[in-house]
Amino acid sequence: MTLAFLGMNWQTLADAVSLGAIYALMAVGIGLVFGVLRLVNFAYGQLVMAGAYALAFAYDHGWPVSVGILLCFAVVLTLSLLLDRIVFRPLRAHSPAVMLVATFAIAFLLQSIALLWFGPLGKISASLAALNQPVTISGVDIRKIAIVATALAAACLLALVLLLGRTRVGLHMRAAAMDFRTAELLGVRAGRVITAAVLVSGVLAAIVAVMLTVQTPLVTPDFALRDTILVLAGVVLGGMNRLVPATLGGFAIGFASGLLGGALPTNWSQYLPSFLFAAVILVLLVRPGGLFTREGQRAAERV
Amino acid sequence: MRRTAALQLLAPLFLVGVAALIGTLVSTSTETYVINALVNVAIVVALYVFIGNSGVLSFGHISFVAVGAWAAGVLSMPVQEKPAIMPHLASLLRDHAIGNVPSLALAAAVGAAYALVIGLPLMRLSGLGAGIATFGVLEITHNVLRYWETIGPGLNTFSAVPETTGLLQASIGAALAVIVAFAYRRSRFGRLLSATREDAAAARAVGVSVYRQRLVAFVLSGGLAGFAGGLYVHLLPVNTESLYLDIPFLTLAMLLIGGATSLWGAVVGALAVSGVDSFLAEAETGIHVFGQPLNLPAGTRIVVVGAFMALVLILRPAGLTGGRELSFRQLRPLRVLTKFAK
Repeated sequence: MTLAFLGMNWQTLADAVSLGAIYALMAVGIGLVFGVLRLVNFAYGQLVMAGAYALAFAYDHGWPVSVGILLCFAVVLTLSLLLDRIVFRPLRAHSPAVMLVATFAIAFLLQSIALLWFGPLGKISASLAALNQPVTISGVDIRKIAIVATALAAACLLALVLLLGRTRVGLHMRAAAMDFRTAELLGVRAGRVITAAVLVSGVLAAIVAVMLTVQTPLVTPDFALRDTILVLAGVVLGGMNRLVPATLGGFAIGFASGLLGGALPTNWSQYLPSFLFAAVILVLLVRPGGLFTREGQRAAERV
Repeated sequence: MRRTAALQLLAPLFLVGVAALIGTLVSTSTETYVINALVNVAIVVALYVFIGNSGVLSFGHISFVAVGAWAAGVLSMPVQEKPAIMPHLASLLRDHAIGNVPSLALAAAVGAAYALVIGLPLMRLSGLGAGIATFGVLEITHNVLRYWETIGPGLNTFSAVPETTGLLQASIGAALAVIVAFAYRRSRFGRLLSATREDAAAARAVGVSVYRQRLVAFVLSGGLAGFAGGLYVHLLPVNTESLYLDIPFLTLAMLLIGGATSLWGAVVGALAVSGVDSFLAEAETGIHVFGQPLNLPAGTRIVVVGAFMALVLILRPAGLTGGRELSFRQLRPLRVLTKFAK
């Protein structure tokens, strides 16, 4: 009916939802670090890329899936902590522009290391390829990964809500995100909060790596780069200063890009990035504080 | 005061001159690197005019380089070559060709016009919003130039554009960009804009329109960027991919490494990073350094340049020059040296 008229089917819709869910996880990963460090981590996609290479490496050597996933987590978390020590902390006091370009440089660096190490052709990671099989739900075929990704993302977000809302470290993280210096004065340990945020964000990156490699088994040096750019746009779109709006923004841009990518005819869908970014620019002009923030929540414009 | 101003103009020009001089002394293959470095100087100076003076980040300037390259490339390609490379070109563009200098002027004009269209709405933003919005402009420009074959080669490469950007043209182009940037910085507009960078509230309080001053700088730097794009397309066969993610990052890093708030920093950064980059590119093909053979594996170059940028940004976030213009005080140690030499 309406769906068919738009050239869509249920598979497209499910894919769009699952892409939105994955992007929402990435948005949280970026938003958490931004909250405590005020640093836009452009290199987030390269964490995902490193995790994907770990999965491909395990697949190459014929290791079982569980070992591959463990390796992926180990690699991503180690890299996150390293980046935190070497890059993020020394940069904390600097201007947002310098921080953004520095993480840009790190992204560039990690990408070229991957290029040097693994070559431009890419590696295959197909250990979870079975998840691409469709499952029939009341006469509609939907790929399993769409369901798994959506469920997993929902579970992660729920766990995160509990972590932030119910635990001491979550409380500290929220306090730090609200006002870092005041939180520090009130006895929140800065180092511990930053480490916690970076670790949680790393765990999310590893999960995203696992799910993205199912959808795109070919792992290349620019793996997840486009996704990161879109998620960043989504995060700013939703409202960078708050976690929930940022997550919604990530979901929205993933959903929109999945939906339009599946629904538009080819000669239009090649202009998809233009439509998405035009929408992002429009939102930024109309609501600079973010799409999903309430009036009072918006960061006061600095004069 | 006048001596200081002269130094601020002559020091960057001197560096451009030295680079050009080096270009005349080296082999033809190395000369290409020098020319490339000089075109980079023009791009980075264009970035400086807006980013340095306003303190607002823009990833979008390579869009202006790209439209400048497109304008100059499409129109200066010989008419008989056009159908092969750009089969879907609009007839107006297909049937006309212009010379080298007009194409550069056109590139500057198109860059400025595009910057005006973009800047009218976007100059209201600042901070992260400006960063992401200008990134969006880059994405859209890349996407449209890549697929819209009525106005250019689409995915094809700009081969058959006359390669007129030799050492002379690149040096004159870089020097011209430096002079324009200097004149702007000394003008009323440049001073007002840097006042808004230092303290936007105070600048507003004395009646400066932040929006208008940013727009002026944006259009001027868009024009310079378009001009640099014209130089670029006359240097080597460009395509959309060569003007996408790497160049914006590299040029922005050059600006920040040199020190974003000074013209001197922009030129130093562009030449320093280009120098390191070309040296490593040569080393990948195998060279001798102080009698030692040096042969790096292919791809080392980007890793080292990336690490170099990250290091400078972490250790010296204000850039190599600290974002200051060269002053006589900084030159004083040199004078001591010359005294000793006597």
